[in-house]
Amino acid sequence: MTLSRILPVGVFLVLVAFMAIGLTRDPSVIPTEMIDRALPQFELPDLHNPESRVRDEDLTGEITLVNVFGSWCVACLQEHPTLMDLSRQRTVRIVGVNWRDKREDALAWLEKHGDPYGRVIFDAESDLVIEMGVTGAPETFIIDPTGRIRYKQIGPITAEVWREKIRPVVDAIAAETEAAS
Amino acid sequence: MRAFVLTLLVLMMTAASPALAQDVAETVPPEDVKSRTEAVSKTLRCVVCQNQSIYDSNAPLAEDMRRLVQKRIEAGDTDDEAREYLRNLYGDYVLMSPPLQLNTVLLWVGPLILVVFGSVWFLSRLRTQATELPADLSEEDRARIAAALSGEDKA
Repeated sequence: MTLSRILPVGVFLVLVAFMAIGLTRDPSVIPTEMIDRALPQFELPDLHNPESRVRDEDLTGEITLVNVFGSWCVACLQEHPTLMDLSRQRTVRIVGVNWRDKREDALAWLEKHGDPYGRVIFDAESDLVIEMGVTGAPETFIIDPTGRIRYKQIGPITAEVWREKIRPVVDAIAAETEAAS
Repeated sequence: MRAFVLTLLVLMMTAASPALAQDVAETVPPEDVKSRTEAVSKTLRCVVCQNQSIYDSNAPLAEDMRRLVQKRIEAGDTDDEAREYLRNLYGDYVLMSPPLQLNTVLLWVGPLILVVFGSVWFLSRLRTQATELPADLSEEDRARIAAALSGEDKA
């Protein structure tokens, strides 16, 4: 008879545990499949220079931070100062992916808030963005010199995110590359 | 129980087979592309909106994902291959119905286990209740009954 008393309580506690774990998870963050994969092949126009094309091999050769943004993206403004700082300090090469934007809107946005990007890929129809498993802007990838995706940040990069999460990845890649050469 | 699991498996396999049966055509007729894009889109989850398929969603990213599905089908992908293409990019999350695999076994079999345990518990209770006889009457009870029958009890 004790079992029949304990069992419902046990089942209840297990349920509570599952739900408690569920509550701590952010449902908009989807685990990425992209880590340690090679960059997808792509060929897309340059934002500033529509005739010029950017390809995947243009992102290899050095550690590159790829940042998905759009002039419509509110949270992108939040991380913009961090990107500007990184760009001034010349820590890594920064490449922008201008996602689902109008060219003139994007150019005006960069004019107004500053342009931290060495190059901006113009991805109006999510071609590259889907191939990289992006679910929203801003999203940031760290690509190693061989063109492998090593890290993905969902949401804005604050100074803290850079320091705590991204910087260590960049340093690790730098150390690897040095050891290999 | 085993029969049930078997029928479940058979059902799942038949659900997947129409797509497998489709041959890779040289050019897929436009009306086929449309209906198949629709069908595949209904099975893929929109990644920016909770719990909506990319067919139902009018989020820009869902629209672009639909176009990608259409492109894959036009390129000769089977429905499963088109689905797999997006699954490769976004993971199992992008599938509207979770696949039966190691980390989802509990999800699929859980309800079955609950039903089995529940009915075992229910049946065993039924049986013990049916066979349990009421406690014997005490002396006091007998006295009261006798009194009531003879019409002397005023209580």
